[in-house]
Amino acid sequence: MALLEIKDLHVEIEGKEIIKGLELTINPLEVHVIMGPNGSGKSTLSYTIMGHPRYKVTRGDILYDGMSILNLDVDERARKGLFLGFQYPMEVAGVSVENFLRTAVEAKQQKEVPILAFHKALIKRVEAMSIPQSFLDRYLNEGFSGGEKKRNEILQMAVLQPKLAVLDEIDSGLDIDALRLVSEGINKLIKEEQLTLLLITHYQRILDYIKPGFVHIMVDGRIVKSGGFELAQQLDKMGYEWVKEEA
Amino acid sequence: MNEQVIQSDESIIAQAVDSKYVFRSRKGLNEDIIREISKQKQEPLWMLERRLEAYEIFKKKPMPTWGADLSSLNFDEIIFYIKPEDYKALKWEDVPEAIKKTYDALGIPEAEKKYLAGLVAQYESEAVYTNLKKTWESKGVIFTDMDSAVKEYPELVKEYFMTKCVPPADNKFAALHGAVWSGGSFVYVPKGVKVEIPLQTYFRMNTRSSGQFEHTLIIVEPGAEVHYIEGCTAPRYSISSLHSAVVEIFVKEGARARYTTIQNWSTDVYNLNTKRAIVYENGIMEWVGGSMGSGVTMLYPASILRGKGAKAEHLNIAFAGKGQYKDTGAKVILAAPDTSATIISKSISKDGGTSVYRGLVRITSNAIGAKAHVECQSLMLDDRSRVDTIPIIEQFTPHSSVGHEATVGKIDEEQLFYLMSRGISRDEAIALVVRGFIEPVAKQLPMGYAVELNRLIQLEMKGA
Repeated sequence: MALLEIKDLHVEIEGKEIIKGLELTINPLEVHVIMGPNGSGKSTLSYTIMGHPRYKVTRGDILYDGMSILNLDVDERARKGLFLGFQYPMEVAGVSVENFLRTAVEAKQQKEVPILAFHKALIKRVEAMSIPQSFLDRYLNEGFSGGEKKRNEILQMAVLQPKLAVLDEIDSGLDIDALRLVSEGINKLIKEEQLTLLLITHYQRILDYIKPGFVHIMVDGRIVKSGGFELAQQLDKMGYEWVKEEA
Repeated sequence: MNEQVIQSDESIIAQAVDSKYVFRSRKGLNEDIIREISKQKQEPLWMLERRLEAYEIFKKKPMPTWGADLSSLNFDEIIFYIKPEDYKALKWEDVPEAIKKTYDALGIPEAEKKYLAGLVAQYESEAVYTNLKKTWESKGVIFTDMDSAVKEYPELVKEYFMTKCVPPADNKFAALHGAVWSGGSFVYVPKGVKVEIPLQTYFRMNTRSSGQFEHTLIIVEPGAEVHYIEGCTAPRYSISSLHSAVVEIFVKEGARARYTTIQNWSTDVYNLNTKRAIVYENGIMEWVGGSMGSGVTMLYPASILRGKGAKAEHLNIAFAGKGQYKDTGAKVILAAPDTSATIISKSISKDGGTSVYRGLVRITSNAIGAKAHVECQSLMLDDRSRVDTIPIIEQFTPHSSVGHEATVGKIDEEQLFYLMSRGISRDEAIALVVRGFIEPVAKQLPMGYAVELNRLIQLEMKGA
């Protein structure tokens, strides 16, 4: 059974239709990438899958694990194993990364998590990801560099162990070293934690590190072309204009 | 259960009214009541005279016309003095159900509950107090209740009690306090002595610090240091609906004092206090406060920086929930060269509560090189709540600097979306943002207090 199935999805924001009949099926353990020019509705799609209240689904459905999630709140979707990696992660003053992570894990497990045991496991986790321990005491994303924010998203994903992660432009604003670290983190989760992935990106370069089995090109609120990894390579050579013309 | 705690404000009031019925005979104020208070306490004549002088001032002073609306505060309906035997008449059953439930939710031990509820005049803490007391006494530190201090240390009390710091003529409620004050703490730290363990009213036995007109007098001699902690996070039930305390602190040359308080009176109480410190050369005064409960609160801890190089730091959090009006802030007079002050004030309002920051920073003409920084941040959790910021800055010399930042904001929906996308429920996400918001103040509190404050805020949030 498909892990995520999007059927004839139409989405409006403030009365304006952004997604106009999108279809997408993702099976467990697959890695998909959606590419597309600016303004094609990629971020809208990721916010809609997570359930942002500002995005109104006017038609169609989103099934997760065979069940419609349209009536579920954001946190319920997350507890079912959905994860959204933000293009611009929010800053939350006064809340340490560790405290936040523990709160999230407690929410997911619906029970209290012993502070000390959690701390020890978390230290191991950040060490494995080459993240300095001091990271955990800092306030959530406050004063973080672009690269640190993105690595923090991957850390959250590693700790929460979702079944399906939608990563929205996780590669934007990263220099080459940060991009490599972030990609390594993602690959590890794919390999070791059975993560199913939907990568949303504007640029090809992250695909040097993460090899998707499925590539979709999104233009003006629809997926206009799907294919294998070779589609991304073709796109890299010929640009989006070529797809727009074909569509 | 927690939700009930928060939602039953009205029943708190109803039940509180019932139990107050017992003392109806003693409502209102006149000279006889003041004489009775003094007699009951077996006070020396000079204290009775001071009370009567203060009463004369009280009668003449008009009600303040600024700040919170006090028009429904009727002095004829207030119980000004509760005799020790009156407490015996009050039973555990008389304490409002909602307050009992909050005690349970906070996990407060049985003995302490009764103290907080005003049923017993003392809260017996462990033997640890006796040992601490010995250590303090060997260094000449005095830490006793104010009533005893009047008898045991008359010279110190005569000199410092409502004379140079908060005289009765300061304001109507200070005058009232001067007439009817009862209980509170007296702290004296001799020259050069650093008291390392915070002095807490909790430790003190045989006193009632939960009185409604308690007086705290703290004298820190040159080079000495002390941290004094008053109140607690658990809601306190008061027989009277007026709480009007006075705190006077003297920070002498090169001394350092920190005063920490968290107040959480039941929501039918008017909490109108005057708290002030006079800081001499190179002295440091730190105020850390949290104002949780009560219906109407007016509270502006003040620092008078009288000596060169004196410093003040004010940290305050106010929480205004349903039916609550918080008019709080700080007042700093920088009256000597190179003095400096930092004020950080945070307020949270929710369920139609109102929270006002009212601050005064005055830099006098001789305060060359004085520096002040004011930061007030308000967080509104819904559209029905209100916040207001009234910062007054008076700068009488150009050779000084004042910085002021104010932010008023509603809780950020995008922040909530981010937190919820990690599986955290909306209520918990709001609580997390609020805890983060007060963190700069909470981290200045002793561990146990910070934990309790967070739990309390958690409880308040669940009522959303």
